[in-house]
Amino acid sequence: MSSSMKKLHSLYTDKSGKGKLLAAPYVFWSAFFIIIPLCMILYYGVTDKTGAFTLQNITAIASIGHARAFWRSLLLSVVSTVICFLLAYPLAMILSGMKEKKHNFIILIFILPMWMNFLLRTLAWQTLLEKTGVINGILSFFKLPSLRIINTPYAIVLGMVYNFLPFMVLPLYNALSKIDENVINAAKDLGANKIQTFFRVIMPLSIPGIISGVTMVFVPALTTFVISTLLGGSKVLLIGNVIEQEFTQASNWHLGSGLSIVLMIFIILNMIVSALLDKED
Amino acid sequence: MQKELIKLEHISKSFDGQMVLDDLDLNIHENEFVTLLGPSGCGKTTTLRILGGFVNPDNGRVIFDSRDITNVPPNKRHLNTVFQKYALFTHMTIADNIAFGLKIKNKPKSYIDDKIKYALKLVNLEGYEKRMPDSLSGGQQQRIAIARAIVNEPKVLLLDEPLGALDLKLRQEMQYELIRMKNELGITFVYVTHDQEEALTMSDTIVVMNQGYIQQIGTPESIYNEPENAFVADFIGDSNIIAATMIEDKLVEILGVRFACVDTGFGIRKPVDVVIRPEDVELTAPEEGTINGVVTHLIFKGVHYEMEVMANGFEWLVHSTQLTPVGTKVGIRVDPFNIQIMNKPESEDEEAVALEL
Repeated sequence: MSSSMKKLHSLYTDKSGKGKLLAAPYVFWSAFFIIIPLCMILYYGVTDKTGAFTLQNITAIASIGHARAFWRSLLLSVVSTVICFLLAYPLAMILSGMKEKKHNFIILIFILPMWMNFLLRTLAWQTLLEKTGVINGILSFFKLPSLRIINTPYAIVLGMVYNFLPFMVLPLYNALSKIDENVINAAKDLGANKIQTFFRVIMPLSIPGIISGVTMVFVPALTTFVISTLLGGSKVLLIGNVIEQEFTQASNWHLGSGLSIVLMIFIILNMIVSALLDKED
Repeated sequence: MQKELIKLEHISKSFDGQMVLDDLDLNIHENEFVTLLGPSGCGKTTTLRILGGFVNPDNGRVIFDSRDITNVPPNKRHLNTVFQKYALFTHMTIADNIAFGLKIKNKPKSYIDDKIKYALKLVNLEGYEKRMPDSLSGGQQQRIAIARAIVNEPKVLLLDEPLGALDLKLRQEMQYELIRMKNELGITFVYVTHDQEEALTMSDTIVVMNQGYIQQIGTPESIYNEPENAFVADFIGDSNIIAATMIEDKLVEILGVRFACVDTGFGIRKPVDVVIRPEDVELTAPEEGTINGVVTHLIFKGVHYEMEVMANGFEWLVHSTQLTPVGTKVGIRVDPFNIQIMNKPESEDEEAVALEL
């Protein structure tokens, strides 16, 4: 808890705990829209249509179709995360070395797309990438071979990178700009060249930013079904699509919930591992 | 005098069109404790950063050990810096912090271990190898920063206001520690501070700077006792700076009254500034001094009383162990030896400096 938060906290809570009433709206909100739905997913996940206990919905992940979708999701989200990282890190480094006025403008440019609806932006990519879309229109005008990436995994990765890049840039920028310039100077002063300074000082000090950036890209990328539906057509099925279809088309809430639980456990395990790694450093 | 180690020649530097250093020349000798002293914005830190290689001068050369290192990057210079606010690597243990420079140079492990032990002993923090920097107090972190620098056996240690973030008591302790370390290591220290007391306590040589110019270079005694201009006199300790006229050699007219002094060679009937330290103003019974006055303010300062005495239209700052209540009529007497005559500022630059006061 930051010091300012503590101050706020002590302002609004007295020893009798009456101030806790202030938390009531949020408690109400999270109970009805987070905790109860989660319990329902848990319940549906471990029961069958008759209401009897079963683990079939969970073990269903091992079936070939589901495992393949899960593997594909994992692959695409890892690839997207890596691309986002490689694009964002150098940018964040440049930004953190810039003067206040300049970098504020560039950050604004990065955040600007986030002010528009996520679905709209993805639909725009669909129009751009279509066989007879804008990009191919321009290419054919210059007599260049047309691109065929719509409805392929490449289009999905493109969509993921485009949508989630800001979530990688901001935490990295935040972590890098917190590094005291004199700490970097100290490394040089002690004889480290640019590469040594980067790998021994800058990179290790930015690990908290790397972990939160990776989490903020990897998790939504792993669970997305909108990007894969719009840019992958029905040809590339991700685990998010499978779950969505179980709920909407197949009306099998039990299987959909079971697969959701598997996905959640996988993500939670990942976060625990990365938190442990962070502590060790 | 020891051998010359560092020469700064005609160094100029400006940031965003603002001149920070203007044609600065400075020689630093082997095994010397040099302090760059001045108010913030005087260019002292920039000078240190130019020595360390973190700032490139617009003009001029940096000579180190008779080699031009003006364009040598910091990692290739044989000097190390102790930064303001320590700048320790917070993701490493104390041992790894100290070993950083040695590991970069691929020294053998046994050598590194010995060096860590030696450095921690030197800074009085034995047994702290496994601790993390965040778990140490400010004073301890500063000692680690010094240890991290000196294990590399630099010929010169640059210190950028290293005691600035510490409280008074710790600062005084660390001043003695630094002098001890310097004597033990036998290397050159270049120290930056705005604290005149720190400078007087530790230095062999003080370089007083203001607005990018060196105002005076000298030993602490000569800087304090014989300031060359009003800025130095005012910046180093309290002082009475009074416009006066040099009547002839060894005689000066201050506030319409003639005082005997010891300075010669200022010419006849020349306007000058005189500096009289408050502890050198002697209060006598009225009519027994050179000027008569009245005590207008009195503050108890612990070691002495600080008084203001109005005499001939000037408020004299006086330090005395004798209590003289407000309203007392007194005489003022100054030993000729304690009247320091200074030339009036002549150039525009000096004028600007004087106006700042």
